[in-house]
Amino acid sequence: MRDPGRGLRILLLPALPLLLVATWWLTTADSTNFFWPPLERILRTFDETWFTGRFTADVLPSLARLLAGYLVAVALGVGLGTAIGSSRTLRALVEPVLEFFRAIPAPVLVPILMLFAGIGNEMKVLVIVSGCVWPVLLNTVEGVRALDEVLRDTARCYRLRPRSRLVHLVLRGAGPQIAAGARQALSIGIILMVISEMFAASNGVGFTIIQFQRGFAIPQMWTGIIMLGLIGVVLSMIFRVVESRVLSWYTGLRASQRTKG
Amino acid sequence: MTVRERDESRHRPLPGWLLGLIGLAGFVAILELVPRAGLVDERFLPPFGAMLSALAEQARTAEFWQALLETLRGWAIGLSIAMAAGVVLGILIGGIPLLRAATTSTIEFLRPIPSVALIPLAVLLFGTDMRSTLLLVVYAAFWQVLVQVLYGVQDVDPVARETARSYRFGPLTQVRTVIWPTALPYVMTGFRLGAAVALILEITGELIIGSPGLGRRIAVAQTSGAVASMYALVIVVGLVGVAVNVIARAGERRSLRWHPSIRTEVP
Repeated sequence: MRDPGRGLRILLLPALPLLLVATWWLTTADSTNFFWPPLERILRTFDETWFTGRFTADVLPSLARLLAGYLVAVALGVGLGTAIGSSRTLRALVEPVLEFFRAIPAPVLVPILMLFAGIGNEMKVLVIVSGCVWPVLLNTVEGVRALDEVLRDTARCYRLRPRSRLVHLVLRGAGPQIAAGARQALSIGIILMVISEMFAASNGVGFTIIQFQRGFAIPQMWTGIIMLGLIGVVLSMIFRVVESRVLSWYTGLRASQRTKG
Repeated sequence: MTVRERDESRHRPLPGWLLGLIGLAGFVAILELVPRAGLVDERFLPPFGAMLSALAEQARTAEFWQALLETLRGWAIGLSIAMAAGVVLGILIGGIPLLRAATTSTIEFLRPIPSVALIPLAVLLFGTDMRSTLLLVVYAAFWQVLVQVLYGVQDVDPVARETARSYRFGPLTQVRTVIWPTALPYVMTGFRLGAAVALILEITGELIIGSPGLGRRIAVAQTSGAVASMYALVIVVGLVGVAVNVIARAGERRSLRWHPSIRTEVP
């Protein structure tokens, strides 16, 4: 069980993905099965399916709704979470209600919100907000609650003004927890983006994929699945870059603690 | 005692559970009064009483219990498959550095793929059968479990591992005595996260694909305009979610009684 060297590690990194793609390619190469078209054909239809107008007509609107809903949810979650986390009475008062709301699987809110907001953009953004807000909110509450007591008392002794207390003590201290919640919220947001479009929509990635599936346009449907996968991967990469920027102090701290300990 | 605690103990606050009850009662009261006062259209948000009576009506039908059972069964089967696969593969991949190095990029790539992307494929393969929802549930829960198990195996104390090797423990004994106890807290975290995600996907599958269960009944209630029963079913789904969270957390505490994080009560 020796640790493989660095060179071997870099060599191994692309090995398995290449192997998997190659297997998919070869096993479907002369496939006549209707549901599993050759990978070659899927990739060839990818370009004409998505980059001849659909990218701006479907993918961008989807992403815009996701971004709007996600940002509102994060702002709302951090704001409310800070308020709830700082007051013990408020926390005890709302905790059971919050637990209930968190436990409701967000997709069932689609039919409810459709009643209020129709099937337009507002409904989809609302669905994304109402699903994404809980992980951010609850993690912020936990983060604010678990603030270092010594730091808290120090801030009090130095009579930090509420504003700088909030920025430098509360939000910073709860940062890692907030980031954990925001990461959960992102994957929930993508799911809700797709689902709200599959349920009722006139454009969007989810809508398009369901159309392909209903029309038995199988290679196009496969390109849609690949497209959704790419969206998920790219968004999580972007999230990681932003997170490592914002929390650079924290990762540095952890790394130094680990080498010392 | 810190400054804050001293501040608050001077005027004794109400106990937490009582405040929680007041909060719940207040929420129910808002649900009842807002539609009655005409702030929101009753067709969109019926008063809480109407939801309750719709729920009572539902509870008298056999279909409701059947649907509840279908949902719970799909959730349990999917979660079990995901747990078994995640734990076995996680220990295998985590325990063999070469395998770990080879799979890291693939796991990082496959994990963020949203499971709902598989919906069209599942429909084509299995139709509105329960299996198409099962596919989504297993896929979504599997990654949660796998990633936690990988973290856990990585966390094994190198000295303990070296010791086990010096004593020439066989691979299975090593897994049982060294890797498993270290990884168990992570496995339980994976179980808790996986349980919640599995329920989300189970309901989603029923709602969108139309496989049998509570989700499909919600979709049916929505299309037939039975708003109060739709809310009633959503409340039931929420309660199922609360139960899943509570059970998962209790299971975590129970199987980790010996672990420091549970044993010593963190203030």
